Amino acid sequence: MLLYATAAIVLLPLGGFFALLVGGRRLGNPRAGWLGTGSVALSFVATAIVFGALYARPPSHRLFVQTLFSWLPVGGLHVSVAFRADPLSLVMALFVTGVSSVIHLYSIGYMEHDEQFHKFFVYFNLFVFSMLVLVLSENFVLTFLGWEGVGACSYWLIAFWFVRDSAASAGKKAFVYNRIGDFGFVVAMFFLFNATGTLTYTGVFSAARAGHIAGTTATAACLLLFMGAVGKSAQIPLYPWLLDAMEGPTPVSALIHAATMVTAGVYLMTRISPLLALSPVSSTIVAVFGVVTAFAAAAAACAQQDIKKVLAFSTVSQLGYMFFAVGSHAYTAAIFLMVTHAFYKALLFLGAGSVIHGLHDEQDLKKMGGLARYMPITAVTFFVAWFAIAGVAPFSGFWSKGDVLTTAFPQGHIMWALGEFTVALTAYYIGREFYLCFYGEERWRRLAALATASPGHGIGIEGAGEGYEPHESRPVMTVPLIALAVASFFGGFINLPIRPDWDFLSHWLAPVVGPYSYHFPLGLSWAVGLPVMDGAVALIGVAVVTALWWRRWDRPALEPMFLQRGWHLDDLYDFLVGRPGYRAAGFAADRFDPLVIDGGVNGSAGLIRRAATRVRTVQTGYVRNYALGIAIGAVAIMAWVLSRVGV
Amino acid sequence: MTGPLAALLSQAGTPSLPQLVLPHAPYSPAMPEILLAGGAIVVLALASLVGTRVSTYFWAACSVAGSLAAMGWTWVVLWPQVMAHGGYTTLSGSISVDGFSLLFFTLVEASVALGSLVAAAWLDREGMAGPEFYILAMLSGSGAMFMAAANDLIVVFLGLEILSIPLYILAGLNSRRSESGEAAMKYFILGAFSSAIFVYGVALTYGATGTTNLAHIAAFLASNVVTTDGLLLAGLALLFVGFSFKVAAVPFHTWTPDVYQGAPSPATGFMAAVAKAGGFAAFLRVFFSTFSTLRADWQPAIWLLAVLTLVVGAVLAVVQTDIKRMMAYSSISHAGFVLVGLYAATATGIAGSLYYLFTYALMIIGTFAVITVIGGRGDGNHHIESYRGLARRRPALALSLAVLLMAQAGVPFTTGFLGKLYVIGAVIQQHRYALGFIAMVSAVVAAFFYLRVVVVMYTPRVPAGAGRLQLAVSSVPFGRGGRRGAVPTDGGGRNGAEARVPAGTLAAVGAGGPPVGPPAPGGEAAPLAREGSQGAAGGGPGGRPGPDEERAPRVPLAVALVLVVTVAFTVGFGFFPALVVNFAHHASLVF
Repeated sequence: MLLYATAAIVLLPLGGFFALLVGGRRLGNPRAGWLGTGSVALSFVATAIVFGALYARPPSHRLFVQTLFSWLPVGGLHVSVAFRADPLSLVMALFVTGVSSVIHLYSIGYMEHDEQFHKFFVYFNLFVFSMLVLVLSENFVLTFLGWEGVGACSYWLIAFWFVRDSAASAGKKAFVYNRIGDFGFVVAMFFLFNATGTLTYTGVFSAARAGHIAGTTATAACLLLFMGAVGKSAQIPLYPWLLDAMEGPTPVSALIHAATMVTAGVYLMTRISPLLALSPVSSTIVAVFGVVTAFAAAAAACAQQDIKKVLAFSTVSQLGYMFFAVGSHAYTAAIFLMVTHAFYKALLFLGAGSVIHGLHDEQDLKKMGGLARYMPITAVTFFVAWFAIAGVAPFSGFWSKGDVLTTAFPQGHIMWALGEFTVALTAYYIGREFYLCFYGEERWRRLAALATASPGHGIGIEGAGEGYEPHESRPVMTVPLIALAVASFFGGFINLPIRPDWDFLSHWLAPVVGPYSYHFPLGLSWAVGLPVMDGAVALIGVAVVTALWWRRWDRPALEPMFLQRGWHLDDLYDFLVGRPGYRAAGFAADRFDPLVIDGGVNGSAGLIRRAATRVRTVQTGYVRNYALGIAIGAVAIMAWVLSRVGV
Repeated sequence: MTGPLAALLSQAGTPSLPQLVLPHAPYSPAMPEILLAGGAIVVLALASLVGTRVSTYFWAACSVAGSLAAMGWTWVVLWPQVMAHGGYTTLSGSISVDGFSLLFFTLVEASVALGSLVAAAWLDREGMAGPEFYILAMLSGSGAMFMAAANDLIVVFLGLEILSIPLYILAGLNSRRSESGEAAMKYFILGAFSSAIFVYGVALTYGATGTTNLAHIAAFLASNVVTTDGLLLAGLALLFVGFSFKVAAVPFHTWTPDVYQGAPSPATGFMAAVAKAGGFAAFLRVFFSTFSTLRADWQPAIWLLAVLTLVVGAVLAVVQTDIKRMMAYSSISHAGFVLVGLYAATATGIAGSLYYLFTYALMIIGTFAVITVIGGRGDGNHHIESYRGLARRRPALALSLAVLLMAQAGVPFTTGFLGKLYVIGAVIQQHRYALGFIAMVSAVVAAFFYLRVVVVMYTPRVPAGAGRLQLAVSSVPFGRGGRRGAVPTDGGGRNGAEARVPAGTLAAVGAGGPPVGPPAPGGEAAPLAREGSQGAAGGGPGGRPGPDEERAPRVPLAVALVLVVTVAFTVGFGFFPALVVNFAHHASLVF
């Protein structure tokens, strides 16, 4: 039973992908969408079954590896297509399939007017499949396959509206940034294979436990894998691609660039916790990168005008928190934050999508305002998401982010303080977005009245025409909002630190990450005081943003240019890499390619042709010549062999 | 079995005659060969009874049934024995049943079945009824199986002849084309020549060791130090030449292009698969199990042979414009890769070579199935230009051919890629970097001419006059013959001196005199050996769109079946290679 169910988790979305690939166009809109949603929902059911079966086992036996077939038997390297069901991978699979199901459902509504409706679900199902391969794989190679698979799907989906130049180049940008990280992943695999002779998780980790991996090797492997994670999870210095990725359809941003794919890096770092345990210095580096990213991205989020860019920076910031947790050996906290973040960030994105959908594809916050009247469900659920991400008790973010900060506190007060300050920033920037969007003056009304040159055409509120009124979205979109709002509120209850038997997630993950986690029993005063402080800081952030932005929508002093430009990181890359790259490419195309490459290729081709023309004259068609050739060959071989006589 | 027969004989005979003693012979180990050879005889007998009233598909079905029965016996009866008790020799130590022979049994049985299906489609199209093809294919297959299982040089020789003689006839089966007869004649003469060399090698080996049994030779060499080993080494060299001829290794390859081009397309595919397999099977067994103590003497020769074969095969294939001739050089280049695995002479290398042969057999039969279809009525439409725009007319056919050709080029996720990977990996493991490098470069060169066909298939015909440049780059290599595609009047004579040989030259072989006919550049005499000249004479003239070409060719069900099997095998085991790899690995354990 468990056998089939584990394979079914992965194979159902794959089946959906193939079915949609072959018959998607024929199924049409919306049946293709329902097929995609159904396959992912069934996969969720299968995951739940495996989860239940694993739960029924005693904690030490909660590991189940299923090898489907041997994939690459090359020399000493044996890579199998094998899936690993353990507490960590199942938590990941459960939330990946769960969130994906909801977002699939939402997409049926969101993409209803799109001509490439079925194609969207083809990519979406392939993405879910790749993501599940990534998290359920039993070896690094298969994880890498999923890793590349989600990267490819992300590329296709960011550039889904590829007729827009910005979307096409954003897709390319994401692809290139991810390649930088993938390089690290591949080299890390070389290191690990060289050190242990295997690439299965079981093999590498038992080698790590037995002390067969040297500290320097572990550090190198961890840092290279972290390089991969930095690319995939959009951390400093590789985060700019995630901002541009907002060019994709909003459900894509919600599923791939907020809830699931970008968390792959965090998952990977959690998965290699036995290696990180061997290398304290890499853990520290991970933590520093994480907390600095959390702060920098949160600060940049405070100044954004685009409704989705705020959320993108917010995602980068929250992922920073997760890496902060991983670097502090608080793996349970990292996964806990990942799960709750998936709920509220998906909710925020879908809420934003609902607004965008209702406002004729308008994304500029400064052109919104007062929408709470027209879109009550969206507004209320957005409010829930705001409090959840801000960490107001008892919303889910309070518990998960508190967990991170409490574990990090004894390990470094400065990093902890930066993290605590970012809590306030988080409450501030989402609050600003909430007020700009749902309260204040109805700025869209003026703009719609201003620009009636081409009513009903174009993208954005100016193209909507006079008398345009925003509308609440259809149930197929609001039901997922409500579901995610409920999850965002109650999500924290899976790991309550109040009583020892209430922290379910810690117990559940203990067999995987327990031995490598940081345990430092805090005194009661600290254990209560720190969470209270988190909650208070969050409330301060809420209070400040309410005071500043409830009525006003324009405060240039609070939106400095360097924050709007995301710390000028893009400009820096343009200066350091982009322009020299163009010059180098120009040189390669104009000078190097025609002379050296073409010269070499054509030269060798000409050589082969001349040689062939010379040699083919042997092929006369006369049998006597052929026989002579055979005889000469025979004599030559005979001469060689006889020269060995007596040797 | 012996009881009733002996009783019958004793009843019939007079008491004065001595009792006839039948030797006890276990038939089971040789049953696959017996099924094929016996099947051929049954078909022959049936044919003489029913004449030509029966559809060719009936005979094809008989052949497929025979080979499937043999395959069933191989897998159901012999395989469990080998798995349980290991390999063994039988029939007075002349036949060995082990993983190695079973791999070749499977290969040959599959080739006979698939080859028969392709042949059925061809015979049906040509309106040629009759079971000859199937009888010959089954006999030839049984010969290849004897070669693979042989544990005695005499049996190897018998297998070689049983394999070869039907192939000579198969090459000449198309009596309507003079090239076919010419190919058969050339193949026969050169084959007889090399057989003679081989037999001489057997004789010298016998003289040196006192036995022809492979195991006994090995035991003799292991227990005796031969101080004057000239006789033995001379025998070894001659055996080497005999095998090299059969597998078409340079410089013993010269027959290949002419025979591949002249033989009927289904026969060519069958020949490429089975003759190469049989030749290599015996080559491997004789040299690696029997003469392994003399490795230092013959290994350098294999190195040279492998390099020559890789380079000449790939380079000469590049300038071909007839697809069958191109595939002939391609098969030479593939033999080079198998030799690379043999040169490594390790378990990995031999497993790689076996894997290569096994997968190559299926690829080449599938490829020639497509070539048979495109050949059109008369089987003469083989210019590369005939494939132009095939993807538009027959997308599935074009895709199948593209997959099979790319597999031969060694594109990943096909069996062809893994074959090349294993053999090159094996020599690299042995630190023979030069050979590995040459093999890789040769694979790159080879990729060019495979992909050229793919490009042509997926490039539609351009209007006359407009597409000069495109034709020059895609259909004909390196532009020299680029005008060919567009200007059909440009004769074949320009391109190489050998184009002057007329068909009648066969008569001049023995005498060694000058060609009988006068040189006729690109003329009506239609010589077979025309490197780089245009399409074969029977079909449409090269370059000009023939009448068949514009129509979508009909794909018979039998060919479709063959393509499904071969493409599924090539791609399926390219993705999931473990099964075939383990099979090949198991087969290499006998050494």
